[in-house]
Amino acid sequence: MRVEAFLWLVVACATLAIAGGAWSREAAPAAADPVLEKRTMELAGQLRCLVCQNQTIADSNAPLAVDLKNQIREQLSQGASNTDIVDYMVARYGDFVLYRPPFRAATVLLWLGPLLLVLAGLFWLFRVLRNRKSEPDIELSEADRRRAEALLSPPEKDAR
Amino acid sequence: MSSAKRIIVTLAGFGALVALLAVGLTLNPREVPSPLVGKPAPAFELPLLNEPARTFSSRDMAGEVWLLNVWASWCVACRVEHPVLLELAKSGAVPLYGLNYKDRREDGLPWLQQLGDPYVLSIHDLDGRLGIDYGVYGVPETFLIDKQGVIRYKRIGPLTEDIVKQKILPLVSELNRAS
Repeated sequence: MRVEAFLWLVVACATLAIAGGAWSREAAPAAADPVLEKRTMELAGQLRCLVCQNQTIADSNAPLAVDLKNQIREQLSQGASNTDIVDYMVARYGDFVLYRPPFRAATVLLWLGPLLLVLAGLFWLFRVLRNRKSEPDIELSEADRRRAEALLSPPEKDAR
Repeated sequence: MSSAKRIIVTLAGFGALVALLAVGLTLNPREVPSPLVGKPAPAFELPLLNEPARTFSSRDMAGEVWLLNVWASWCVACRVEHPVLLELAKSGAVPLYGLNYKDRREDGLPWLQQLGDPYVLSIHDLDGRLGIDYGVYGVPETFLIDKQGVIRYKRIGPLTEDIVKQKILPLVSELNRAS
């Protein structure tokens, strides 16, 4: 009885393994070489998929993203450098494919905008703080002081 | 700062922000300016859709102003665009060539038979490699190429009657006049 159960378990595991293999074959063809695959995915992670614009080519399963991954893999295996491939993509799809846009006259505001906002915020904060300091302290009358004291002092315990 | 002045400054800032966002809303984020406009059209030599044995090359079009329209039978927007292309082809204003993109012959050919074929011919780019060279990412796309083989205009998405009339036809006659 035990042997039979064990055999069933073996069969189940084998079936799962085979089915799993079949599923993984449906995914995009990965390079057999893990180093090449790692470089491919690293590069693909820096490039924007133009079909689904908020995903990288690495993340996206859009047909174009799969094609471009294949393109990167192929060019890397032919000895292209990372800059070669990035240039290839920019020549076709423009700077927009880069998740890290280059520093140019047209992108100055993009790169320095946040810094400018922080500086403007600091300037504003500084001014507000300085103005606040120059406001005179409010004078309390004796009656006000007593009222405040009464409000702030702990309530007396109920006598039982 | 007086309180009236402060309110005016705040309102002006708010107004500026609203204006900025309003302009942003009218822009289409899918329309990415192509780096290919003003550059030579990528060269190609691909088999014809209807005659796999024959090929068509971009060199065959030297000295002509022509349109290259990227289409596919699986592309819904291409159906929307199709009547405009048929009309344009009938007018004979500019030769229209098709790039059948990532499509099977047995799907592409019946599509043309059913809806009408506006193209002088269509080339067949099954694996989408030429599409990558042309920076295609949203079918349909249309390229206007001049006599020197330079891309002068690119449209991402379906052509409309307005675009043909206001953009393409004036550009075509201008480019035809140029030597």
